[in-house]
Amino acid sequence: MSDTTASIPYAIETVGLTRSFGGYRALRGVDIRVGAGEILAVFGPNGAGKTTLVKILAGIMRPTAGSVLINGVELGDNARLRAGIGLVAHSSYLYGSLSAQENLDFYARLYGVKAREKRISEVLEMVGLTVRRHDRFATFSRGMQQRLSLARALLHNPSVLLLDEPETGLDQQALDSLWQIIRWDEEKRTVVFTSHNFERALGVCSAVVILERGRVAFSERACNLDLSTLRQRYGESAGAVKP
Amino acid sequence: MRFWPCVLAIARKDILAELRGREIISSVLVFAALVLVIFNFAFGQDAELMREVAPGILWVAFAFAGVLALNRAFIPEKEENCLEGLLGCPAPREAIYTGKALGSLAFMLAVEIVILPVFALLFNIDVFRPQLIATTLLATIGFVAVGTIFSALAVNTRAREMVLPILFLPVVTPVLIAAVKASALSLAGSGWGGDMLQWLLILLAFDAIFLVVPFLVFPYALEE
Repeated sequence: MSDTTASIPYAIETVGLTRSFGGYRALRGVDIRVGAGEILAVFGPNGAGKTTLVKILAGIMRPTAGSVLINGVELGDNARLRAGIGLVAHSSYLYGSLSAQENLDFYARLYGVKAREKRISEVLEMVGLTVRRHDRFATFSRGMQQRLSLARALLHNPSVLLLDEPETGLDQQALDSLWQIIRWDEEKRTVVFTSHNFERALGVCSAVVILERGRVAFSERACNLDLSTLRQRYGESAGAVKP
Repeated sequence: MRFWPCVLAIARKDILAELRGREIISSVLVFAALVLVIFNFAFGQDAELMREVAPGILWVAFAFAGVLALNRAFIPEKEENCLEGLLGCPAPREAIYTGKALGSLAFMLAVEIVILPVFALLFNIDVFRPQLIATTLLATIGFVAVGTIFSALAVNTRAREMVLPILFLPVVTPVLIAAVKASALSLAGSGWGGDMLQWLLILLAFDAIFLVVPFLVFPYALEE
């Protein structure tokens, strides 16, 4: 994915990543390299292994074989490396009975965020939820829940941000602000996201990977691709299944 | 890495969520009180018999109330899909266990603080004896230490609320036997020495083992 030279470790590197669930192999030897500050878009039909890949990169699922290196260090069960990763997943990982403020305070304590109150105010402001900070999470709409989930992922200012279909449930305004927030400091942050929206993803990413049945079927830098080529490649790679 | 701040954050969150919903405390208190009332009606006519069976009744109430409380240690995390959020945090896996155990211990002790006076009232027994308080504390620690690990194991199974008591109660039986025996001696007016000391040492040994074993197995308990 990246032109990063061998002397500088990749921000994210997977080597022969394989994950099985019983007899089903969700990932089959995935090799991905993402340089620091790059934004990688991962496409693939349902069941291609996108979510499994993101969960393994986040350190919440162990691979059956292969490894994940973050800045050249094996992720394994390394809590220190997990502290530098933020994740927006399908689930918000937030508690319905707690307020937005209490949810963020809980995660800020787990991540050892300094000046918690200040940082919570900053991320709530960033996602436009300051006025709802004392409302219970269960009362939030789907879009607001997704925005608070993004605030949770950014709370500890991670150097690696992973987003699994982050656009789900967001309206147009929220979609615009989502990418604005993600690109805010893109030079410092490495981002990997999965998506089904070619146009929007191609507009923000620096590299593209298409997964098909747990394998990397196609990978290319975004500057060498246009929308129609990407669609064509996706069609070829994903067995002519178009999103 | 940051073990105790993570432990306290998890226990604090569990207590805060419980204070909001009162799902555990209310149901467990009602259940434990009901057990005491039913047994009181069953044996209420015979004061001597009641005095003999009282320690067993007390621990039946605590044990089944405890199973209800421990069932809720990980199920809300699973239901709200927050377990992965915890696993993705830089908290050591052992800190997640300890935080959850600490939260469950707080719930069980809160229930026991309410139930013991009810027990004293219904069975006309003086429960405010240091030996009984020590027994209750040691047995509750052992009960929660084992229960939390089994609760984590059960949460990824389909019939999770049934699986916990099936797996957990046979393992915790030595704690319950020691607790009943020590409570009986305590309620009979025994001092710290003799048999009482033996049962308390058994409880202490069990606590020590089951505060160490989960640290070795918990990192694998939550794997899907």
